[in-house]
Amino acid sequence: MSNDRGYYGEFGGAFIPEILVATFDELIRQFRKVKDDPSFWQTYSDLMSNYSCRPTPLTFAENLTRHFGGAKIYIKREDLNHTGAHKANNVMGQGLLVQRMGKTRVIAETGAGQHGVATATMAAKFGFECTIYMGEVDVKRQRPNVFWMEQMGATVIPVTDGTRILKDAINEAFRDWVTNMDNTHYVLGTACGPHPFPEMVSFFQSIIGKEARQQILELEGKLPTRVFACVGGGSNAMGLFSGFPDNSVECVGVEAAGYGLHTGQHASRLCSPDATVGVAQGYKTYFLQNDDGQMKETHSIAAGLDYIGVSPILSRMHQKGEARFESATDKEVIDAVKLTMKKEGIIPALESAHAFAGAFREAAELSSDDIIIINQSGRGDKDIFTIADAFGDPKWREFIKEKALDYK
Amino acid sequence: MLKKYIQKSLKTKEILLMTHIVVGYPSLDASMKIVEEMVKAGVDLIELQIPFSEPMADGPVILKANQKSLELGTTVKGCFEFAQNVSSRFDIPFLFMTYYNILYKYGVQSFVEDMVKVGIKGAIIPDLPPEEGLEYEEAMKSNNLCPIYIFSPTTTDERMRYISSCGKGFIYCMARKGVTGKTTQFSNELDEYFEKCRKNTSLPLAVGFGVKEKADIDYLKGKADIAVIGSQTIRLVDEKGIEAVGDFIKGL
Ligand SMILES: Cc1ncc(COP(=O)(O)O)c(C=O)c1O
Repeated sequence: MSNDRGYYGEFGGAFIPEILVATFDELIRQFRKVKDDPSFWQTYSDLMSNYSCRPTPLTFAENLTRHFGGAKIYIKREDLNHTGAHKANNVMGQGLLVQRMGKTRVIAETGAGQHGVATATMAAKFGFECTIYMGEVDVKRQRPNVFWMEQMGATVIPVTDGTRILKDAINEAFRDWVTNMDNTHYVLGTACGPHPFPEMVSFFQSIIGKEARQQILELEGKLPTRVFACVGGGSNAMGLFSGFPDNSVECVGVEAAGYGLHTGQHASRLCSPDATVGVAQGYKTYFLQNDDGQMKETHSIAAGLDYIGVSPILSRMHQKGEARFESATDKEVIDAVKLTMKKEGIIPALESAHAFAGAFREAAELSSDDIIIINQSGRGDKDIFTIADAFGDPKWREFIKEKALDYK
Repeated sequence: MLKKYIQKSLKTKEILLMTHIVVGYPSLDASMKIVEEMVKAGVDLIELQIPFSEPMADGPVILKANQKSLELGTTVKGCFEFAQNVSSRFDIPFLFMTYYNILYKYGVQSFVEDMVKVGIKGAIIPDLPPEEGLEYEEAMKSNNLCPIYIFSPTTTDERMRYISSCGKGFIYCMARKGVTGKTTQFSNELDEYFEKCRKNTSLPLAVGFGVKEKADIDYLKGKADIAVIGSQTIRLVDEKGIEAVGDFIKGL
């Protein structure tokens, strides 16, 4: 898929400081070993079925299907993973690798907090020390996840530099790593960063697509017409898309349009003209940056999509027309959450709801012979504060006010 | 060119001194005054850091200086103008230090050509390993500029020889792991590492990361050709003002 420096066409690479070269050499060596060893995949998938409810179901969304009157809608339920998101797939895989490398400490960045929670969980299970870097803005908007990480024994460090979101947490994690790489592994949470991370994270996430493909063939006896996934760094999208390399299946990635693409306040790298190719955080891809190459502020209601860059593998797929990229605004996303809850009793994470919003836009124009799969990358419970605010629920407001009085 | 300058200067000094500033921090005017103080105090080379929004290899002091400079509106074009000013006013070599995206967005070829125009002699790009820097290396060398590459305590002998073959001017040796600005214990434990660096390159050696006082520099005499002071002068400007820089450097 990639060459040995991790290039996908012009994208990818490993722009790392000299001090980390030896660490990356070792990581690549270990990763190659496990990737080529079929017994490793068995160990990994046994662990995921025993610890994380895999295979996750492929749920037929009967009511949504009837509502739109077009394609049959299926939902891949990554929300049912232990810790509530697809992030667990990557984290448990890297955890097994950490054991093999004999390291004793893990660090991670987190945006929505899902990757942080998954990493803290893995560290607790495997007995690693754990430090999580999280932008100060995200600490505020994802407080429940911070609570859980700390309860599981992780140290959560709020990052107060830069824009104080995901990218700044990544910078801080690298700064920790260049000091402590002897005993520490950096569990990068998405299919970005220097080689081998894009390939390695996609490898572990491919469990989503493998299952979904088998499940839809069993249920329907044919492949879907389109598959939809939200795109932050791109790991859940890579996971789903990799199961459907067929020409007959259209892969659709949905990015965050925030307040709207025309406002400049969004996180759409592939479907807006605002991003250009650059090199940052160790890899080459499309970045939201100015003409000088300084990164811009991004915005999304979903912390996990609020990021300047995107997987180099997706940039390549975009360039070759192997995937289509769309976007959904904060408002469309909230509407999609409401509809999915009312019709199916399922609460998608705000990140995942971008994929739902994108699919809803297209479902009606397809026929009942068509099938679409939406990747529900995570569950929305973590977003209760943001969603309650967006819904403007007066009873929730009252509850929070009363609760605050209890603490006085 | 740089190599010759370094070798010539070493005839009269035991060790040379390279200092560092972030262009535009705490302001463009202040940057100019700081450079002036440094040159007057006898500094041999100066790194001008073009600020970047994601300075991954820098510790808190230089990171904050990058951010502040950008907030004040420093641009890449502004840094080139600044470079032109200082290199025409002062008779020592100036180098750029920045991250690769700054060159990439500017266009590597144009960036290098403009470096020549403003009189910059070389560049240090900490997130550009030589394997990724072929276009840059070629552009630099064909314009007679020095791409300065880095040795670290984890670099193998074989890799040091490879890096040395890509570099020109001198080699920058990181004295320890980590980011800029933290303390380094300069003790005989480092002897072996510096001997290894020496053995694997014929280029002069600059040592940086955690060099901040006279004792550090005394230790480095005879082991390194250039001592690099980074975060310490920024800290000094923050705490005691620009005027303190000259005396600090003379004291080294
Ligand atoms: C539930 C959920 N979905 C999606 C994402 C976006 O990441 P990626 O694009 O790597 O799947 C996140 C990131 O935090 C997340 O928590």
